[in-house]
Amino acid sequence: MENFEQKNTEVAIPEISIDPKNDRKLICDHCGLECRDDSIRIGDKLFCCHGCKKVYELLHANEMCAYYNVTDQPGLTPKIDETDLRYGYLDDPEIQKQLLEFSDGDISKITLNIPSMHCASCIWLLEQLNRFNNGITHSRVNFLRKELTVTFRHNELSLRQLVELVASLGYEPAIKLEDVQKDKRSDDRKRLYLQIGIAGFAFGNIMLLSFPEYLARSGDTVNPTLRLLFTWINLALSLPVVFYSGWDYLSGAWKGLANKIINLDVPIALGIGALFARSVYEISFSVGAGYFDSLSGLIFLLLLGKLFQAKTYETLSFERDYTSYFPIAIIRKDDNGEKSVPVVTLKQGDRIIVRNQELIPADSILIEGTGGIDYSFVTGESQPVSKESGDVIYAGGRQIGEAIELEVIEEVSRSYLTRLWNHDSFGDADQPSAANLANSISKYFIAVVLLIAIAAFGWHAVSDFSLAFRVFTSVLIVACPCALALATPFTLGTAMRIMGQHNFYLKNVGIVEKLSQINHIVFDKTGTLTNAGDVEITWQGDRLADHENALIRSLIRHSTHPLSLQLFNHLPETLSLPVEGYNEITGRGVEGITAGTQIRIGSADFIIPGDSNGAKHDKQETDGVFIEIDGLFRGNFVLNTTLRPGVVKLLQRLKHKFNLSLLSGDTDRDEALLKPVFPDGSEMRFRQKPVDKLNYVNRQKDNNDRVLMIGDGLNDAGALKTSDVGIALTSDITSFSPACDALLDAGSLPLLDRFISFSKAGMRIIVAGFILSFLYNIIGLGFAVTGKLSPLISAVLMPLSSITVVTFASFATRIQAHLSGFKK
Amino acid sequence: MTIIILLIGASLLIATGFLIAFIWAVRNGQYEDKYTPSVRILLDDLEDKKDS
Repeated sequence: MENFEQKNTEVAIPEISIDPKNDRKLICDHCGLECRDDSIRIGDKLFCCHGCKKVYELLHANEMCAYYNVTDQPGLTPKIDETDLRYGYLDDPEIQKQLLEFSDGDISKITLNIPSMHCASCIWLLEQLNRFNNGITHSRVNFLRKELTVTFRHNELSLRQLVELVASLGYEPAIKLEDVQKDKRSDDRKRLYLQIGIAGFAFGNIMLLSFPEYLARSGDTVNPTLRLLFTWINLALSLPVVFYSGWDYLSGAWKGLANKIINLDVPIALGIGALFARSVYEISFSVGAGYFDSLSGLIFLLLLGKLFQAKTYETLSFERDYTSYFPIAIIRKDDNGEKSVPVVTLKQGDRIIVRNQELIPADSILIEGTGGIDYSFVTGESQPVSKESGDVIYAGGRQIGEAIELEVIEEVSRSYLTRLWNHDSFGDADQPSAANLANSISKYFIAVVLLIAIAAFGWHAVSDFSLAFRVFTSVLIVACPCALALATPFTLGTAMRIMGQHNFYLKNVGIVEKLSQINHIVFDKTGTLTNAGDVEITWQGDRLADHENALIRSLIRHSTHPLSLQLFNHLPETLSLPVEGYNEITGRGVEGITAGTQIRIGSADFIIPGDSNGAKHDKQETDGVFIEIDGLFRGNFVLNTTLRPGVVKLLQRLKHKFNLSLLSGDTDRDEALLKPVFPDGSEMRFRQKPVDKLNYVNRQKDNNDRVLMIGDGLNDAGALKTSDVGIALTSDITSFSPACDALLDAGSLPLLDRFISFSKAGMRIIVAGFILSFLYNIIGLGFAVTGKLSPLISAVLMPLSSITVVTFASFATRIQAHLSGFKK
Repeated sequence: MTIIILLIGASLLIATGFLIAFIWAVRNGQYEDKYTPSVRILLDDLEDKKDS
């Protein structure tokens, strides 16, 4: 049964937006949308609505009309009328405290997320906020993050007024639950830049000051005073490099050892320690100039690798949970009237008002009004579910239609949907990725190096103890796995960038390695294999004439119900005919007189009232959209879900290499469609609750499968989280998607098998890089065990090996990408 | 030879100056947003627009 509950029964019909006199479209001078007529105007400027006019006046009064010269259609439609109660919660001091980044006596600072920011004039306008209100001292935009940072005097302008002002300009801030619950952003990135800056600074200067040492090999012509001075400056310069820039390696090694894990930081820290100790010893006892150049160069290169690896997609978020989706406040109704309150304070028995397009924040019972709940986000189910008074509505649905009144039966954090996040899988943070290839090699690497060092020490100690000490430290120095540590970031970093160019965005480089180990792929159905918005529409009944199609199309263009939209797009494009007496009956259908012809469109019982119990029809015939023209039933449109393009071929390619499963939250109505494309014996489960999906993935992991989960909705969040690699599929990468390891653009889904084989190739390149770096290590060890590792040889050998490995890793990965069919 | 010591001192001083400038720039958040300033510089100031 299809439900038409989009709007209230009384709907204002937008007139056809063509000027009858000259057939020219009237374009709003503010937002660029079409105008209904030319009644709203200032001089020769036309506006589509009073909101636009108001913004124009506002801009005009503040002498900001330059705004209109920046682009042709600069503005956005403001939503002034809705701001009345909406932001009431911003007056709550507790919420203010959590939202404000900084507040001090007079001045406050806040960062707002503004999703509608999209062009240069947005930046321009938002950075001119201080012209609208004197209370605003400064506003700054970060365009990629779509963030606006405002400094304002809160005595002159309250937070609520500020947000209302920004919203009234058409830039409605998205203030979500996570904003009050999140921790402040860490500034790891800043720290890395500083570490690199300092290491690079010291590296350059130490190289210069070491030149006399390099050149003065044969004849001792260097002035001893200068030599002494230079070595001591070198020592001073190396201190911040070791103890600030290189600190993460030292502490990482220490943490690893404390947990009895030998990670890659351990050999690096050992190398750094040996270099530093040997150098300090040499200059303290005036036996040499030390290896400060190698030391700072090593740390500088390592940090560059880290920077290359730390590529992040600033516009994307991989950490979202329900709090990024839920609103921060809702209107609560009590004896004192209606008040906007934070959703976290909702308790059982509270009465709340949810308006059109708003989200139901907690499990509730419908008290008043007709609900049309769109669960598309939670379950992937595309059609709104009709609810009546007394029905239970689960949190996460979006109300479409009139405002409804609800009684809360569960607090926000204990709702059916949000309970998922209380599951154990979300409790523990991501385990440190000790299992990666470089770390597992480290164990053997360090054992071999120590063995060689001790053997060489023992060999020389018999004859010359000081030589033995030199040899021991030299081995540790030269074996420092700098090249080893660079092979991984540069290969995986390059691979990650290439995948990003093909709309596959990884959270971090570690995911490439995990992806290469996958042997079991679990698919979600709705929104993943099928496209919820893309349906196949067939007509059952006598063929409709072209003009009849036009009549239907003209009528349903006034309805915003999803089925109407799909049908509207399906029907051949025609001129819109005028409609009279348009009427939309929630949950049933629409009717109206198009060009003198009475048309009724809707569910079966709407069109054929006598058969409302469906006695005469079997299930097939009551499905779809029924059409009645001039009182005559003509037939119905049947809407079938279709698979995404390329999915069938993708599954054909995947089934030879991987176990495949399907987990659907939906009913099994599409089983017939999916059965043939999945290999025989594949697990296909329907009616899976979010927790069922999570548990299924966990069971497969217990069977030693390495699971890749692909899903798109909040109901997949648990499975995405617990799987080895969780990929969220989305058609718009900037819109909401649940927490995941990678985001995949829906259009790139057919490339999935290529991404996996490319990640495997990447791992082979890393191994080759390791071999290359071991070759250099063997040459270096040759010098070290014979006691011939001079600072000069070390200073040449270490950067040379690093650069070779970096070049090899980057080029090999690019060539491999080309071979795998990823063009630039 | 003392001139070399002087020169080394001067060069280190200048280099340290640049390092401090770099540290200031990072702390000031100039590396946080590498896109918006490129747009911002193309937007005209208000005073210029009034004349045109």
